[in-house]
Amino acid sequence: MSYTVKHNISLTVLLFALWFGLSGLFDVLMLSLGIASTLLVVYFSYRMDTIDRQKHPARLTLQLLRFWLFLSREVISANIDVVRRIFRPGKNISPQLFQLPMTKKTDLARVIYANSITLTPGTVCVKVNRKAITVHSLSKESADDLRSGRMADAVPEDERDEET
Amino acid sequence: MIFVEIISWIFIFTGALLGIAGGIGIHRFPDFYSRLHAVGITDTMCAGCFIIGLCLQTGFTIASLKLLLIFVFLFFSCPTATHALADTAMLSGLKARLDKEQ
Amino acid sequence: MIFTVATFAILVTISLGLARALMGPTVYDRILAVNMVGTKTVLLIAVFAVLSGRTNMIDIALTYALINLVGVVAVLKFVEQGNFYTDGEDD
Repeated sequence: MSYTVKHNISLTVLLFALWFGLSGLFDVLMLSLGIASTLLVVYFSYRMDTIDRQKHPARLTLQLLRFWLFLSREVISANIDVVRRIFRPGKNISPQLFQLPMTKKTDLARVIYANSITLTPGTVCVKVNRKAITVHSLSKESADDLRSGRMADAVPEDERDEET
Repeated sequence: MIFVEIISWIFIFTGALLGIAGGIGIHRFPDFYSRLHAVGITDTMCAGCFIIGLCLQTGFTIASLKLLLIFVFLFFSCPTATHALADTAMLSGLKARLDKEQ
Repeated sequence: MIFTVATFAILVTISLGLARALMGPTVYDRILAVNMVGTKTVLLIAVFAVLSGRTNMIDIALTYALINLVGVVAVLKFVEQGNFYTDGEDD
């Protein structure tokens, strides 16, 4: 129950910050309307039971920021690689379709893992389930890089979450 | 201030070049699954370079916040759309052209 | 000056994407190209908003970025099932 309260409060603050960033208005009327709409949305998501630890991962924030730094470096190097392959004449790609074992225990970490694979140009996650990820990759090198498990180790995961 | 201008020009120019590279890529790659990677360029780094360059142009205002929000939405929605496309294509039986000597 | 270059580059990319959407052998190639054109349109609106100084137009780009995802998923669902009203299990 205390988790729910904490997450409701942090969701309210986050949504109001988003509303304020999008509107940028200081009127009393507008501010009260914004607060009202924020509370309405939080009430709806409470009724729909969509607020829990995985869907609103407040605890992972620091790890997520570190992971995004890692991910942006990966994305930049992968971009350079794919652009090189586009402009290299002749046979420039060697497409692979392979399976990776799923090492993540929670749904959130699985989604982050699959989404980062897709976000990196050169590798696209084709199918994902609880046991394995099917990946299409543009070259053998990026396939080997994924098989080495560097990205899987970098994905943050909250061990205290229950397995699903 | 001319320094910030030049950096923002460099970013926008890089984004423009990457966009054209992605556009050429979807014509150069042979099959659907490899074209996904070319579109990945225009979705990630091209958009990122454009947004950073435009943010440097607008300075620290509410407009740059909105531009960053656009980037965050693209950052979350583009992989989802790409995965939905690849999954649906695989489900409908579209074969990928793979490398022979593996 | 730089905005002219940026707008021109985005338009070139959009026309390349449209060519792929017209040529594309499979329907998925077409949807992929349309997805790319949508992303580039978001950038085009953002560049135009900053270029003309009317920063309110960035809101339109923001909305377009959201609609793009929904549109692609809706078209995929339509292609896969042939309708919008089943969840893919019956008929």
